[in-house]
Amino acid sequence: MDWFRKTKAGLVSQQKKEIPDGLWTKCKGCSEVIYSRILEESLWVCPSCNYHFRINANKIIKLLLDDGQLERYDENLSSLDPLKFRDSKKYTDRIVASQKKTGDLDAVICGLGSIDTVPVSIAVMNFDFMGGSMGSVVGEKIARAIERSIDREIPLVIVSCSGGARMQEGILSLMQMAKTSALLAVLAKKKITYISVLTNPTTAGVMASYASLGDIIIAEPKALLGFAGPRVIQQTIGQDLPEGFQSSEFFQEHGFLDVISERKDLRKNISLCLHYTYTPPKSLGN
Amino acid sequence: MIEGPYLDFEKPILDLEKKISDMVEFSQAENIELDSEIKSLRGKLKKLQDNIFAELSRWQRVQLARHPKRPYTLDYIKMISTDFVQLHGDRYFADDKAMVCGFARIDGRPVMFIGQQKGRDTKSKLHRNFGMANPEGYRKALRCMHMANKFGRPIIILIDTPGAFPGIGAEERGQAESIARNLREMANLEVPIIITIIGEGASGGALGIGLGDRVFMLENSWYSVISPEGCSAILWRDAAKAPEAAEALKLVAKDVEALGLIDGLIPEPEGGAHRDPEMTARNLKGYILKSLEEVDQLEPAELLKNRILKYRRMGVYSE
Ligand SMILES: [Zn+2]
Repeated sequence: MDWFRKTKAGLVSQQKKEIPDGLWTKCKGCSEVIYSRILEESLWVCPSCNYHFRINANKIIKLLLDDGQLERYDENLSSLDPLKFRDSKKYTDRIVASQKKTGDLDAVICGLGSIDTVPVSIAVMNFDFMGGSMGSVVGEKIARAIERSIDREIPLVIVSCSGGARMQEGILSLMQMAKTSALLAVLAKKKITYISVLTNPTTAGVMASYASLGDIIIAEPKALLGFAGPRVIQQTIGQDLPEGFQSSEFFQEHGFLDVISERKDLRKNISLCLHYTYTPPKSLGN
Repeated sequence: MIEGPYLDFEKPILDLEKKISDMVEFSQAENIELDSEIKSLRGKLKKLQDNIFAELSRWQRVQLARHPKRPYTLDYIKMISTDFVQLHGDRYFADDKAMVCGFARIDGRPVMFIGQQKGRDTKSKLHRNFGMANPEGYRKALRCMHMANKFGRPIIILIDTPGAFPGIGAEERGQAESIARNLREMANLEVPIIITIIGEGASGGALGIGLGDRVFMLENSWYSVISPEGCSAILWRDAAKAPEAAEALKLVAKDVEALGLIDGLIPEPEGGAHRDPEMTARNLKGYILKSLEEVDQLEPAELLKNRILKYRRMGVYSE
């Protein structure tokens, strides 16, 4: 997960140096400097090279849901510090810093909404909050999102963006993989649609649990997807990694991804898959 | 007496043991009566052991969990069961030597064993890929678990891995998918699943065969979201800070038990499982048999409901 942080830190310092007023953004794909308003109109995709900038959970929600409307649930869940974890910083300080930065209490936003009239229970992860890492709160909120799908018999959509399980909650974070996957077993038995959407990056504990378990898996182009981090793999095997390794395209080529969708088509693609799989109840009275 | 490789903190014990055995030999060879001296040294040895092992740091326990002489999965299968028939291959790609599966009998009762396997010398370590399974290992495990389910046999799982293998081929063949699928499928199997962490329980690689009705840890095993080395490399930016990371991660059996995430801690002989593998195996077998007796009472629907509830409750947060 460290190299995500490095990349992010790099980006921040770049922005500070080169675009002090925030009007311009330098593309990480082609290095072109783009007027921010143009970037916003293009849904934060570079008009020159199609690089998909990472966007936060609120922007994803606006993009995907009908009228951009989400009825939020479980907003008050907040991380405790059961291990009293401390490295160079206290875990509690990291949480507070991320809460200030994002305005949310943890790394996922959940609720009910609809996509092209299909009601959905949706969870959208937020990388800005400690790298989208999954601790007890993320695990619990995902679990409740799955349960809302089961209770209401409506499709589940999870948009992942995460470096994996949150180290600061130790074994409790690992168990969130088991918790969410066990509930997805119940969802699958009830034949309820689950669409897993992968954005850059989705790796490690999140990839090795709910993100991999969608009936249909859709990813944005060139997202980093995989189990182990590229640096760990490189160190283990002692050789360079092939070009495009662990990209969405690589993932699809090897059979683990249904659809690669550009951001502008994401809502449409999800909507199609929802309509192909979801049969609304016959009468509203039921 | 211990022979072969040992850990730093075992050294004073080994030295004293050597002294005692030399004295015993000397007294027998020369026919000199040294009983009281020997007895006093044995008392001193006991005290020394008590002191060293009462105050083991988490990092020292991690060392014990990795002890080169520690019993591995196949050792326990041999000690607690009979007539083991190993089953090979995932039916898609290969036979992963880091994962062993097969039928055996515990006190006459047929069960399916699943577990990671480490090697002991350089050659067997490489053969077993250091206990780090590839996707085909998790898929072989799932194939055998489905078979156990089909024939109504309980599944006994022994976890001992430094992690799922981080390699190019592992990613190409879907390491994440293989682990995720196991988690979901294991939540659906209608036979009892009894799990014990016998050595190292590193992250998704351990959990990939780790969802079941009862989960135990041997006293000197560890179970964590990430290895101490991995954690220290990321958060301390220094792999040498692994002892600090081990403390912070609270990863030993006592910690995980205190968090309420396991069903019990299986005692090991003082000094670790390798000091008396047979005793450790007897303890392990006792826990497995008792657990089977408990879950045998349950109808499949109740078994599954309890299993899902067990994991549903895990997590610490405020609301
Ligand atoms: Zn560009």
